[in-house]
Amino acid sequence: MASLKDMRNRIASTKATQKITKAMQMVAASKLRRAQVAAEAARPYAEHMDKVLGNIAGSVAGLDSAPKLLAGTGGDQVQLLVVCTAERGLCGAFNSSIVRLARDKARALMAEGKEVKILCVGRKGYDQLRRLFEKQIIETIELRGVRNLEFQHAEKIAQRIVELFDAGAFDIATLFFSRFKSVISQIPTAQQIIPPVFATEAGDAADHMGGAAYEYEPEEEDILSDLLPRNLAVQVFRALLENAASEQGARMSAMDNATRNAGEMIRKQTLIYNRTRQAMITKELIEIISGAEAL
Amino acid sequence: MANFHFNLVSPAKLLFSGDVTQVDVPGLEGDFGVLAGHAPMVSSLRPGILTVHVNGTQEQMVVLGGFAEVSAAGLTVLADLATSVGDFDRDLLKTRISNMEESVKQMEPGNALDRAIERLDHYYKIDSHLAGTAMH
Repeated sequence: MASLKDMRNRIASTKATQKITKAMQMVAASKLRRAQVAAEAARPYAEHMDKVLGNIAGSVAGLDSAPKLLAGTGGDQVQLLVVCTAERGLCGAFNSSIVRLARDKARALMAEGKEVKILCVGRKGYDQLRRLFEKQIIETIELRGVRNLEFQHAEKIAQRIVELFDAGAFDIATLFFSRFKSVISQIPTAQQIIPPVFATEAGDAADHMGGAAYEYEPEEEDILSDLLPRNLAVQVFRALLENAASEQGARMSAMDNATRNAGEMIRKQTLIYNRTRQAMITKELIEIISGAEAL
Repeated sequence: MANFHFNLVSPAKLLFSGDVTQVDVPGLEGDFGVLAGHAPMVSSLRPGILTVHVNGTQEQMVVLGGFAEVSAAGLTVLADLATSVGDFDRDLLKTRISNMEESVKQMEPGNALDRAIERLDHYYKIDSHLAGTAMH
């Protein structure tokens, strides 16, 4: 049986842990507010970008000159999965749920005989996927030491994806991230980014335009060759921001739970400690009394 | 005069959304004014000053590149970075200019260099425009 001293140490260490989890929860809460504001501020841009591109896609659909980034290569043999996760753990099921979604997708694709390539953004996703898909992972981009997520970071990732696409490394790219719905609910999401899928149907967009084609300034090709990579960067940026908010939300609720569990544990341990202490006192008393009686 | 709907968004936030009379947009191949009923068009933007006319009053914004789309629904400007002239951080512009001057010095002659110099010129113009407004 554990001695009283051991028990005291155990309670002290649980208390220390509780303090840490409590602090982490509060840090996550304050970071969450900032991340949430950033994620919500980025939504209009991404939505407008989607709308504009949807309109343009509607007007160039069916043309042979449509750029590959918009129309796709026509094949779906090689699939790139871009898995965005956090750099840190201790945030509940946040990383695992994104990884699980990506893993299921990868397995399903492989079962269909498709080739799968994985691009990891964030260390945690890489750590988890490495065990299963060592060979499929072609690259890892870490965002360690990035304090404030900026558009440039997303641009770099998008640039890399476009480079791979231009080199013919894949046909279809899908982005995996966690959509921030609320503090307690983050939804792991898969979004196809190459070729992009628009919320508005291409047909609707053409109707909405009254069938009118756009005038382009400068040339259509120049604009699209600029606009499409930018759209990609915007989608990646949005995914990263949503991810950042989700991560903090997940961490906050995970740490809240941990703090509560630690409190519960301290209560139980203190009870056992006190019982044991009383039992020992009683035992010592009995020993003294029976010793005195024996005289 | 008829009004139309105008949205100005940057990745950081939604800067303007509402009905306006006219917007002067710094297009890549020259400024153009957009009025209600403009033909559908898509244009790249150069870094420059965008002027919004609302019922006789004017508001100026600095935009650093992006796209403008005119459709039946109105004008949408997707700017890389946009701020109203009053809030614009000129130090940011200065650091960008000096960064670009550095990189231009190191670049090999070619299309990329031409583009960088062109971009740098746009920045100079914004800077001088802002210097002009600041003195008034």
